Amino acid sequence: MDSFFIITSLLKIVGILFLVLSMVSYAVYAERRVSAFIQDRLGPNRVGPAGLFQPIADMFKLLLKEDFTPRAANTFYYWLAPCLAVMPAIITMAVVPFGSTLFGVPMVIADVNVGILFVFAIASLGVYGIVIGGWASNSKYPFLGGIRSSAQMLSYELSLGLAVIPVFLLVGNLRLTSVVRYQIEHGWFIAPFVGDWMNPWKWLLTIPMIISFLVFMIAIFAETNRLPFDLPEAEQELAGGYNTEYSSMKFALYFLGEYAAMITGSAVIVTLFFGGWHFPGIPDGSHGWIFGLINIGVFFAKVAIMIFFFMWVRWTFPRFRYDQLMRLGWLFFFEIALVNIFLVGIILAYAPSS
Amino acid sequence: MAITVPRPKLNWRERLYLPAIVAGLAITFKHFKNMLLGRTKVTMQYPEQKWDSSLPEHYRGAPALVRDEDGRVRCVACQLCEFICPPRAIKIIPDEIPSADRFAKVEKYPEAFDIDMIRCIFCGMCEEVCPEQAIFLRKDYAITGFTRADMVHHKEKLLEIGGVMHGVVLKWNEKK
Repeated sequence: MDSFFIITSLLKIVGILFLVLSMVSYAVYAERRVSAFIQDRLGPNRVGPAGLFQPIADMFKLLLKEDFTPRAANTFYYWLAPCLAVMPAIITMAVVPFGSTLFGVPMVIADVNVGILFVFAIASLGVYGIVIGGWASNSKYPFLGGIRSSAQMLSYELSLGLAVIPVFLLVGNLRLTSVVRYQIEHGWFIAPFVGDWMNPWKWLLTIPMIISFLVFMIAIFAETNRLPFDLPEAEQELAGGYNTEYSSMKFALYFLGEYAAMITGSAVIVTLFFGGWHFPGIPDGSHGWIFGLINIGVFFAKVAIMIFFFMWVRWTFPRFRYDQLMRLGWLFFFEIALVNIFLVGIILAYAPSS
Repeated sequence: MAITVPRPKLNWRERLYLPAIVAGLAITFKHFKNMLLGRTKVTMQYPEQKWDSSLPEHYRGAPALVRDEDGRVRCVACQLCEFICPPRAIKIIPDEIPSADRFAKVEKYPEAFDIDMIRCIFCGMCEEVCPEQAIFLRKDYAITGFTRADMVHHKEKLLEIGGVMHGVVLKWNEKK
């Protein structure tokens, strides 16, 4: 029993690591293609069919570049920072259920009962990679990027945390697998078409759920430093921001970290609001291993759609000014999330218990 | 004097920003979709597709020397192009045509005629100034080389690009 658990866990870890890393490299490719298409360009289309081997070429390019360390940099932290940027993003995947069951093994690496708290705890460590990188470079622009990043994280972590409270008021449990289980029984939080979907109370609850989804998603945008909030690496203002002094694989690690954070962020959004691996009409893995695989496929398809949305937003909107960013975080999203919690509480108090 | 630009008053719908955000997303998605379906054709896939067939008549590409119908190099090494050339890309070494030659009456020919294509700015002044109509700008534009020396077009190369030019002034045939 015990060795079975260890072996399956190891297999899941290796599988997820492989999947996330390959998704990262293809997310970079997809980003370049999507941005090109949005701007009426073609993007990388030469390496392999439709440019599909571009990530491999990119990897070789980055590996062969000179790995340069500025003389004034604090070498230890300078080397540590890119690792710190990647680790949290990948660790977060550990608690996200990415499938139902496969051969009776639950498709989640660690089904801890503090699921979402673990996600927040680890995801907020990601800022250290940026702050330490900015400080250790001993250069002005990275330093400014690091400062911006820390302030931004602080402001948006708050609304991030408050925005998911309505979800857990409904579920009554912090475990991410039970969030998915709840959504299978009662319908996705965003569109509850499953179960007793004629119940008007449920539709009334959907309004605060959509608000909380919007706030959560925008906060995730800020967490992952994606475009409307990419002040830490504002290329036009800061010459690259926190990663200005980095080159070669260390720069690649930062890049990897950014995209891994985007993937795990999408995975968390999908789990919390889009029903995780559930799709109406598709049974879970206990009906045969093929359904287990389909569930995993559904989950990653949803994540891919979410990532596309991230890219779509990035190539549509301009960057916020710093004061706008702070105003938005502290004066709007924080309040909206707070009021939203009360709204859900009131609705739950008056709704006939189901 | 300082001018105060009045900020436009936004109504509640504009201040919500959401309709504007959705409209912006719709525009970018339209571009994405049209590109995906191949409706937008902006980019030319260069080495496979080229402009060559649709280059205009007056296109100024690489300068080249021409021969006339008799196979004579039209250049008489007067060096006017060498003097007019703004970036001084042309270098000519003139020499005398031996009296036994068929074209002895022309008297001078370029022993060496080099155009440094790193310097050439494709202005076409050499073509304009030439009294012999011996140098023309052709439609070659992809001029490449691995070294600086590769990029200097010598006489043979210039004649190869130029070829034979028909129907130009043939004053040397009438002389003598």
